[in-house]
Amino acid sequence: MAELLLNVTDLEIKAGAETIVHTVSFALEKGRVLGLIGESGAGKSTIGLASLGHVRQGLRITGGRAELNGRDILKPMQRDSLHLPGASVTYVAQSAAAAFNPAHRLIDQVIEATLWHRLMPRAEAVERAISLFALLGLPDPARFGDRYPHQASGGQLQRAMTAMALCPKPELIVFDEPTTALDVTTQIGVLAAIKHAISQTGTAALYISHDLAVVAQVADEILVLRNGRMVERGPVERIFQAPQESYTKRLVSLRRAEKTVQAGGDETLLRVTGITAGYNKGASVLQDVSLDVIRGETLAVVGESGSGKSTLARVLTGLLPAWSGQLVFDGKALAPDLAARDADTRRNIQIVNQIPDLALNPRQTVDAILSRPLAFYFGLKGAALRQRVSLLLDQIELPATLADRYPAELSGGQKQRICIARALAADPKLIICDEPTSALDPLVADGILDLLMRLQREVGTSYLFITHDLAIVRSIADSVVVMLGGAVVRSGRKADVLAPPFDPYTERLIASVPEMRLGWLDEAIEGRTRFQTPEPQ
Amino acid sequence: METGPPSLADGTETDIKVMSVLAAPKAAGLSLWAMLARRLALGLVLLWAVSLVIFAGTQILPGDVASAMLGQQATPEAVASIRQELGLEQPAAVRYVKWLGGAVTGDFGRSYSNRQDIAKSIAPRLKNTLLLAAMAAVIAVPLSIGLGILSALHAGSWIDRTIGLVTLAAVSLPEFFAGYLLIAYFSVTHFWLPSSAAVSDSMSLGQRLVVMLLPCLTLVLAVVGHMMRMTRVALLNVMASPYIETALLKGLPRSRIVWKHALPNAVSPIVNVVALNIAYLVVGVVVVEVIFVYPGMGQYLVDHVAKRDVPVVQAAGLVFAAIYIVLNIVADMISVIANPRLRHPR
Repeated sequence: MAELLLNVTDLEIKAGAETIVHTVSFALEKGRVLGLIGESGAGKSTIGLASLGHVRQGLRITGGRAELNGRDILKPMQRDSLHLPGASVTYVAQSAAAAFNPAHRLIDQVIEATLWHRLMPRAEAVERAISLFALLGLPDPARFGDRYPHQASGGQLQRAMTAMALCPKPELIVFDEPTTALDVTTQIGVLAAIKHAISQTGTAALYISHDLAVVAQVADEILVLRNGRMVERGPVERIFQAPQESYTKRLVSLRRAEKTVQAGGDETLLRVTGITAGYNKGASVLQDVSLDVIRGETLAVVGESGSGKSTLARVLTGLLPAWSGQLVFDGKALAPDLAARDADTRRNIQIVNQIPDLALNPRQTVDAILSRPLAFYFGLKGAALRQRVSLLLDQIELPATLADRYPAELSGGQKQRICIARALAADPKLIICDEPTSALDPLVADGILDLLMRLQREVGTSYLFITHDLAIVRSIADSVVVMLGGAVVRSGRKADVLAPPFDPYTERLIASVPEMRLGWLDEAIEGRTRFQTPEPQ
Repeated sequence: METGPPSLADGTETDIKVMSVLAAPKAAGLSLWAMLARRLALGLVLLWAVSLVIFAGTQILPGDVASAMLGQQATPEAVASIRQELGLEQPAAVRYVKWLGGAVTGDFGRSYSNRQDIAKSIAPRLKNTLLLAAMAAVIAVPLSIGLGILSALHAGSWIDRTIGLVTLAAVSLPEFFAGYLLIAYFSVTHFWLPSSAAVSDSMSLGQRLVVMLLPCLTLVLAVVGHMMRMTRVALLNVMASPYIETALLKGLPRSRIVWKHALPNAVSPIVNVVALNIAYLVVGVVVVEVIFVYPGMGQYLVDHVAKRDVPVVQAAGLVFAAIYIVLNIVADMISVIANPRLRHPR
């Protein structure tokens, strides 16, 4: 039996009168990794920070104990003698790009806590940082630290932040969603680097994530949280093979059924030919993009951040007129500029955005939000308008009583449903969905995808669905376009695009998607080094 | 800019999301010197535009110099001869070009009222004004930044509220009132300091500084509040950043976090408001100079506005504008230098 490192018992944390964390207990042994998993609002970060003896402003610990090596870290005196936080327990934040100070060189930030807590002399700390840079696979370790944060990429910064956490030789590192903000192909490398570094240094870790597939690759044990309460706790193998609670079962079995592609539908609704577009003269973001959306079907556009997916959406909606190329919609040429399109054309192309919070006017009620397109496009008023609004709410599976609410009074999933209803209100032929589920928790996202598919079956709407998630592509798409650096690298029916022989990029993309099984990461890493896929420019 | 997919082994991924955010202030790879040259050129253009406005403005001022100068002896013949002597019968465009040509070479012409060389009259007064402004700035800038930091460190506490209240009260007091209040206390009740700041060439620097203390204090009271508030707000904005939480989780004390992690990122807004306030110390001292009989630019300007002495007003306006522009260029350059993204491009 390994030695007990962190022991949390009946931890309770409140924000004002509201309880955020309800009597959570867990223990962590030296050198082990505990995964904290749950959706937003589950209290993961709050618990993670409490393990450093820290609570964010507005929160307070109202009950329970947290002991590190048998000493109560919730008592300020004990924290000081343990050099907490910063020395015996350290932290890796979600967005390293924001968590590094832009004004200082990386090396100074990486060794700052080590020097402040007088753990070793400067020269030794610098040497240690350099060896950690090497351990984490950063380029030119001896000189990497001379860079400022803006001179490193997101994945590099996340590795550097892990080096920063390891530098004071802590007994415990709290990783708070360290790969969530990264692209899948970047995530896999960072994940492997973190796993390697943890096992090499023998440091214990709390690994926080909303993505069970990711946590399972790193953790020995898993603690499932929901709404600040413990749902289930156990070794990874047990959680995967025999989940006890229904919530855990749903998380584990979150493998969506694949949409079966009908042979039918060959009538093209939108034909895009040779589109080139950009924001600044001379620097095109899209190069010669061509694609077809079939009536009543879903075309998935896949790619990493920076591949031009969202720019494509802006071109199609007319917000960013293309420099060259043709758009043909419903048999007629589509004007590049929104201002040149008539009301009926505008009505027929609607959009659902990534972040519903930003897409809804916070000062309008749901009723006002949905009434606007109905009055604008169809001139509905009075009883007819009210009836149509409640019909729309019914279609998106929300109660009619929600009509009087403001967006702030709705959950993330409900808000996205309202955005879908607003697009639907115009009775469009095409809805452009720009990553509509990537800001949502997995189970909530699942509900949104189900809704979109049901609406397609019932109303026959076509979707152009922008996503970076290949799992979503499998479950909703009929056809797929893979984009890289503003150009289409692969397109066709889903079955063809997602089947070998692959081009190197699509292969890399597919291999990088975390799979909900143990040992995926190790296999994927091995596969990658074995194939040595060449890097396209 | 590499856009290829990341390689796994060496960690050289390019996260374009991050890059596009960071690329925004990069100003297309201009070097610092090129940027400075561009700013200076822009400053000159601006100064030229200001000269146009000043000239046009003084042309539409009501009143006639000649009649003002002659007062009750203003016979039409006398007025005409004076107008001819001053060159006032020439078209405005010609007078503008002559004036600007002179100003560029440091010749502001002669005063209408006392026929003296304006450049020669301005020089000692400008020196006095700059000395007073510098003295006020040397006290006010560190004081207000210090108070701002103290306020931000103790945001919401009684220290913060007291500093806020006192500096707000100081700003709200009109300068003439604050000035007379200081005179009443320091000169009338206690005889500690002289109420007149009429410096003369025979005084030593020490003597000068003593008599300048009260006007200087009046100016400090007027500008401290603004700079202190901006420092406080800029710091508190930065204190909400994720990298401040990082510093907190390193176990650093709050004072080090403010000095090392927050302040360097708050330089830009602070420097800009400091520059504006220093400019105000130079051009906004009119009232204070009059109260304390201090022989600076402000008093000179007021005297000659009353006499419709257009060349003096024009010259003073141009000098003030130049000071404003130079101070703002300096502030811009300091905030550029303080930004590591511009100092160290990718």
